[in-house]
Amino acid sequence: MLEIRQLHKSYPIGDSSLHVLKGIDLSVTEGEMVAIMGSSGSGKSTLLNIIGMLDEADEGEYILDGLPIKDLTEKKAAVYRNKFLGFIFQSFNLINYKNALENVALPLYYQGMKRSERQELAMFHLEKVGLADWAKHLPKELSGGQNQRVAIARALAANPKLLLADEPTGALDTKTSHEIMAFIQQLNDEGKTILMVTHEEDIANMCKRIVRLRDGVIMEDVKVTQVRAEQYV
Amino acid sequence: MLRFLFDSDTWQEVFDSFSKNKLRSILTMVGVWWGILLLIGLLGSARGLENSFNRLFGSFATNSVFVWGQSTGMPFKGFQKGKQVRLSLTDAKKIEENVEGIEFVLPRSQQSVSATKNFLTGSFQMAGDYPLLDQLQKKKLIHGRFINQNDIDHNKKVAVISEDVYKQLFEKDEDAIGQYIEINGINFTVTGIFEVGNVNMGPSTDIHVPFTTFQQIYNRGDRIGWMMITGKPEYSIKQIEEDSKLLLKNLNNIHPEDSRAFGSFNLGKEFAKMTGFLIGMQFLTWFVGIATLIAGVFAIGNILLITVKERTKEIGVRRALGATPYEIKRQIVVEAVFLTLVAGLFGIITGGWILIGLDAAFGSGEEAVIVNASVSIAVVFIALIILVILGTLIGLIPAFKATSIKPIEALREE
Repeated sequence: MLEIRQLHKSYPIGDSSLHVLKGIDLSVTEGEMVAIMGSSGSGKSTLLNIIGMLDEADEGEYILDGLPIKDLTEKKAAVYRNKFLGFIFQSFNLINYKNALENVALPLYYQGMKRSERQELAMFHLEKVGLADWAKHLPKELSGGQNQRVAIARALAANPKLLLADEPTGALDTKTSHEIMAFIQQLNDEGKTILMVTHEEDIANMCKRIVRLRDGVIMEDVKVTQVRAEQYV
Repeated sequence: MLRFLFDSDTWQEVFDSFSKNKLRSILTMVGVWWGILLLIGLLGSARGLENSFNRLFGSFATNSVFVWGQSTGMPFKGFQKGKQVRLSLTDAKKIEENVEGIEFVLPRSQQSVSATKNFLTGSFQMAGDYPLLDQLQKKKLIHGRFINQNDIDHNKKVAVISEDVYKQLFEKDEDAIGQYIEINGINFTVTGIFEVGNVNMGPSTDIHVPFTTFQQIYNRGDRIGWMMITGKPEYSIKQIEEDSKLLLKNLNNIHPEDSRAFGSFNLGKEFAKMTGFLIGMQFLTWFVGIATLIAGVFAIGNILLITVKERTKEIGVRRALGATPYEIKRQIVVEAVFLTLVAGLFGIITGGWILIGLDAAFGSGEEAVIVNASVSIAVVFIALIILVILGTLIGLIPAFKATSIKPIEALREE
């Protein structure tokens, strides 16, 4: 599903440069749910951005579903992102002047889907996250948990191969975090591959595998017994 | 691209970002609105002034020159310098026959007279004229008629008097037509009263009598006062003036290079000056209008640049969701063009209202300063096309700015 070999990345800081990723090897198979952990500055966000094709590696190989991701033009990267990846952000990143339904439909708009089809499909995903009744509401009229569910529906809308979540529960209280995690686990149960960056131990334990990063290298890569989030809800 | 323009989503996006920043968008549009308002208002007013000039001069054959005799400045063929030059009917006829591009040659004679009616008397300028004068310098008759060919043929003693003469010699509301006035001791029948116009070319005349009558009474024979030469529209009146003068010198034994023998007043030249002034004014109008328009469009570009900066994160999210840089740029350019166009259309409409207002205030009556202030549809279209082009160009700046930031940096923006 996902193959990363000897990935390097450094950022220029003034005259010198900061080596953020120092040779990452990672392989994720279909249906996995992986938590990437590490303190801030460990390179976990950079890794996720490279996987999300928002950033490019300096060195190394990245193969997504058999497709080598290399020397992408902005346009090609946009098309791949749209087709293969679904993003879930810590701060939801919904467009604040669009209602829930329009936000979910946005990736489909960029696929060039017709309006009526788009609305229908977006509504289907909103129903799935249990927010069909809130379709016409703007993000500011929804709670944090509801906003994150809209964002998840949006990430799912284009039926991506891989879901990338950057601290999906970072802005939520514990109870809502658990609700969201329960939902993400359910998606994983249905067969979606999920990659998640977090620095919360309990959230990481709700995944099936934990990859720990420190100073740009993988310290530990272990399979864990998944803690189901439902029990806390 | 066309499909994109007719897609309701495109306009949904434009409308969303517009309604999100109502105040700012409206303030921005004021710039363009003001520019096009000025352009339309000024162009319309300039046209109105031009129309009023044209109406003023419309009653004159502007392609004309007046020529009269003075005294010679050079001795020639045995004649001393300082010889009085007198133009004659023969001269007029020769010019009409020989100079190229002549439309009419109109001889006129004039002298001051005293006119009496009962016990009222006054001193006036009287001219002997042909009916043709009415064609070259439209006389506005309040009552009666101008001199006709019959008057000329029979040397009739009829007079067409000005409003001033009427006021001095007649009682208020008295019917003057058919009454007699005594001019230098000879009775004339009044056949018409004319109004003195705003613009007078050549010496002013209070009383017109038939040319033949005038010549007979004052024993002028062949001699005339001056002549008015009118050229065909396609001929240069300057050339006609030169040709005519040369011919006149030839006929009257005057040195060909004597520049003092004939005086002249070239109406065409004066008119050209006036037209030049109007063209200058139109040029100024365009210049001011377009400069203001450009300033307005820059304001739009500026605002969009700020908007793009504020929307950096949104643009980042859109790109993460699969928007290509082209799609982002396209959207921003469409927004720019839309804003300029809407502002422009408002400007055209309100500019039209201003012209209607000008017309209502100054456009009616005989003395109107601004006549039919208007702008042609072609000008409106040109203005719109300029707006679209400028809007596109200015939209490109924020568009490139928006996509120059990497999506990752855009997303990090708080």
